[in-house]
Amino acid sequence: MTAPTYTRADFQTDQEVRWCPGCGDYTILASVQQFLAGLGRPREEFVFVSGIGCAARFPYYMNTYGMHSIHGRAPAIASGIAATRPDLSIWVITGDGDALSIGGNHLIHSLRRNVNLKILMFNNQIYGLTKGQYSPTSEPGKTTKSSPYGSIDYPFNPVSLAIGAEATFVARTLDMDRGHTQELLQAAYDHEGSAFIEIYQNCNVFNDKAFIQLTGKEERVHNRIDLEIGKPIVFDDGAKAIVLREGQATIVDSSKVDPGAILVHDPTRPDPAVAFALSRLSHGPYGPTPLGIFRNVHRPTYESQMNAQIDAAREKLGEGDLSRLITSQGTWTVKEASSNGG
Amino acid sequence: MADEIATAEPTTTPSETLDKVVIRFAGDSGDGMQVAGSRFTDASALFGNDLATLPSFPAEIRAPAGTLPGVSSFQVQIADFDILTAGDQPDCLIAMNPAALKKNLKDLRQGGTLVVNTDTFDERNLAKAGYDKDPIEDGTLEGYRVIKVPMDELTKEAVKDTGVSGRSVLRSKNFFALGLLAWLFHRPTKPTIEWAQKKFSRTPEVAAANVAAFQAGYTFGVATEAAKITFEIKPASLRAGTYTNVNGNTALAWGLIAASKLSGLPLFYGTYPITPASDILHELARHKNFGVRTFQAEDEIAGVGTAIGAAFAGSLAVTGSSGPGIALKSEGISLAFMMELPLIVINVQRGGPSTGLPTKPEQSDLLFSLYGRHGESPIPVLAIASPSDAFDMTIEAARIALKYMTPVLLLSDNQVANGSEPWMLPDVDAIPPIDVEFARHPNGPNATFLPYMRDIDTFARPWALPGTPGLEHRIGGLEKEAITGNVSYDPGNHQLMTDTRAWKVANIVNDVPDLEVNGDEDADILVLGWGSTFGSIRAAARRVRLAGEKVATTHLRYLNPMPQNLGEILHRYDKILIPELNTGQLRKVIRAEFLIDAKGLNKIAGEPFKVSEIAGKILEMIK
Repeated sequence: MTAPTYTRADFQTDQEVRWCPGCGDYTILASVQQFLAGLGRPREEFVFVSGIGCAARFPYYMNTYGMHSIHGRAPAIASGIAATRPDLSIWVITGDGDALSIGGNHLIHSLRRNVNLKILMFNNQIYGLTKGQYSPTSEPGKTTKSSPYGSIDYPFNPVSLAIGAEATFVARTLDMDRGHTQELLQAAYDHEGSAFIEIYQNCNVFNDKAFIQLTGKEERVHNRIDLEIGKPIVFDDGAKAIVLREGQATIVDSSKVDPGAILVHDPTRPDPAVAFALSRLSHGPYGPTPLGIFRNVHRPTYESQMNAQIDAAREKLGEGDLSRLITSQGTWTVKEASSNGG
Repeated sequence: MADEIATAEPTTTPSETLDKVVIRFAGDSGDGMQVAGSRFTDASALFGNDLATLPSFPAEIRAPAGTLPGVSSFQVQIADFDILTAGDQPDCLIAMNPAALKKNLKDLRQGGTLVVNTDTFDERNLAKAGYDKDPIEDGTLEGYRVIKVPMDELTKEAVKDTGVSGRSVLRSKNFFALGLLAWLFHRPTKPTIEWAQKKFSRTPEVAAANVAAFQAGYTFGVATEAAKITFEIKPASLRAGTYTNVNGNTALAWGLIAASKLSGLPLFYGTYPITPASDILHELARHKNFGVRTFQAEDEIAGVGTAIGAAFAGSLAVTGSSGPGIALKSEGISLAFMMELPLIVINVQRGGPSTGLPTKPEQSDLLFSLYGRHGESPIPVLAIASPSDAFDMTIEAARIALKYMTPVLLLSDNQVANGSEPWMLPDVDAIPPIDVEFARHPNGPNATFLPYMRDIDTFARPWALPGTPGLEHRIGGLEKEAITGNVSYDPGNHQLMTDTRAWKVANIVNDVPDLEVNGDEDADILVLGWGSTFGSIRAAARRVRLAGEKVATTHLRYLNPMPQNLGEILHRYDKILIPELNTGQLRKVIRAEFLIDAKGLNKIAGEPFKVSEIAGKILEMIK
């Protein structure tokens, strides 16, 4: 018997995809569908949960189980699914507003608990569905409908935030790089526990070319830092390298350092300091910016520990008995009714 | 093994037999009054009295010692007949310090027994309580039977060989008081000694100190003939059966576990700690061998969110909180309503608005429960009438949620949650199972699955769990197309779906039992109640009948939909009285739905009704 094979079409629904023409979401949808088809797992194993926003329409287009929930709450809802159903593969689709603004609390807590969720955060640095207000990742000074004099909000660095929230897997990719995206999806799928992937996603209507320094033909060669496991971190055709100086990741000319001093990328370091240092190389897609897996460490998942406690309790006490439960505080018996009372 | 305390000589103090007595333990919130009260209650329960309790404690864990805000109390009524409330007025007050005396003396019945710990009546504590002069000496206590006890000194003496030291020594003084009370009211001593030994088994010196203090208190009564008269309350003649003493939060938690067993679904409880609902979480977290999953979420919204996820994935999903937390969950409840997932939402009401009175009872979330969501989102609302009723009503909430695929709001309140009463244990094997049928096969043309194809009887949609091959589907908060569940902005469809969701909930009335009228069916006046006022209303009606007047009562456990025969009952009586611990919320609904000039008795003072208040109002309306 051979394993069933799936194609991208097996993961598509009959619903018309309604994002703006040219939206980066189309590319991400294609990458995810293609990746799932390649896994060879049946589609009933997958659950896609989203909150609110452009990205949140995603589950409607995935022929799997799915829920389009309420703003910011997808990680909480998905945590409830994961805690009760470790047999499922659960994916959270969210955006920069959904995950970092209204839902920031749920994001950080699901990461620290290491619930087995794969969280894909589409970061377009703008509010798209509400038609163009600044988001928690918009650059300072950004002029939008809600910030005509320029935004005075200082933005989050989502990778730094996830590492700070005790995430066990943190990565970053680009919508239009489908190969790179699928590599990270595979690594996230293979990871036990929460995986957070920031996907730079172009909103061609409200924030076009936000990532041009990483996607433009001219610019990308100078700015894209690919984090490759086990290799020294170099970019700009090898001309630039990353070294650690006083705890900070620093860009240097490759020719001016001892090759042995160049930082070799290892996302499995137990201490998050180096991963955090790498995340501080840029505060947004401006200038040299790392892409790839920043952190990938092992820690028991929330649900495995929850189930272990249940198994241990059953082992020790036996399956719960309702009669014993309701008599556990002591009882007394009244033999026969008498006429006293009133 | 613990035995009854064997005293050198049996007590020679004469005793009087009472049919009921109300006792209030009052002290500083660090004095262990809740423990003393609960122990007295349990010993009385095991002795066979009927009883009802009402704890009262400050919201602060330890308000400044010796002050009025720091006073914590526990009231219990025990009787030889089936009582319904914790009593209006204490017959006996234990005051562990001046503040406790100051705060509670006004409630003590004239001629009642007062036990005071004289050791705490020093200048400093008197000043903190606002006494200029020592009330023990200045005549304030005239008219009461006062038992003066230097409780600190006697406790120190009693525990000196047990190994406790420092501040731990005086922690046992609540057990001294308990021992004295055990003598005064002829309580069995064995249950208390056994409890202390078991509870403090890991700190044997504490167990020994508590037992020693308890015995010393008892012996003090015997040896000094501390009171001129002791009191006996014979066992009550309750219905034949096996009983336990239970509070509402515990009975509710057990009801959830029972519903999990009855439905065969694993229990999931997503919640965030809040007074007075947290004890439900604490109780459930202990019972992992029932497969219970408790999830202490990061906030109230995640509490309901995780429960919604668990419901989608096939658990018996529950979230619980109190008013402020339910407000935060409101959007999530509407999502569950829209997606038509089974979900139990528990609201243990407390005094509001905002942080309000976190440890006090109030019924002020009724309108919020019925109408407090955005959009047209009617959901079933049930209310628990008494601590022991919590078990049955919780199972009922699960039954409705699972049968009709809907969130259900289950209302409790601080009086139900923390009050306790004897509960005649049900035969758990005789409780009807809750049938749950998951969708297993496609229900549409060409082997498609239609997630909003409804059952023709219940209008419930099918529950297809992730992992089921061929039934992959998406649900969400956007309006659904009838049958297919696809997103739809069609005007006619929104009308149809809004109506259908409302019909589905209204149709639950077929499972709502008819109301029964208690008392004089031919009376002119009917008292209609809901929730924790049950006991006070019944007891008031008894009192009215003893006064030779006729009164009928009935009690709503189903607030939405209401029982089918409610309108017919209401129209049978000339006068309707609705007592509520709010400003008239049920009255507003009854007047709107039935065009009846119902009168209200409304109290919003952070405490339950006194029986006399309701009885007085009934008599006033009769005249």
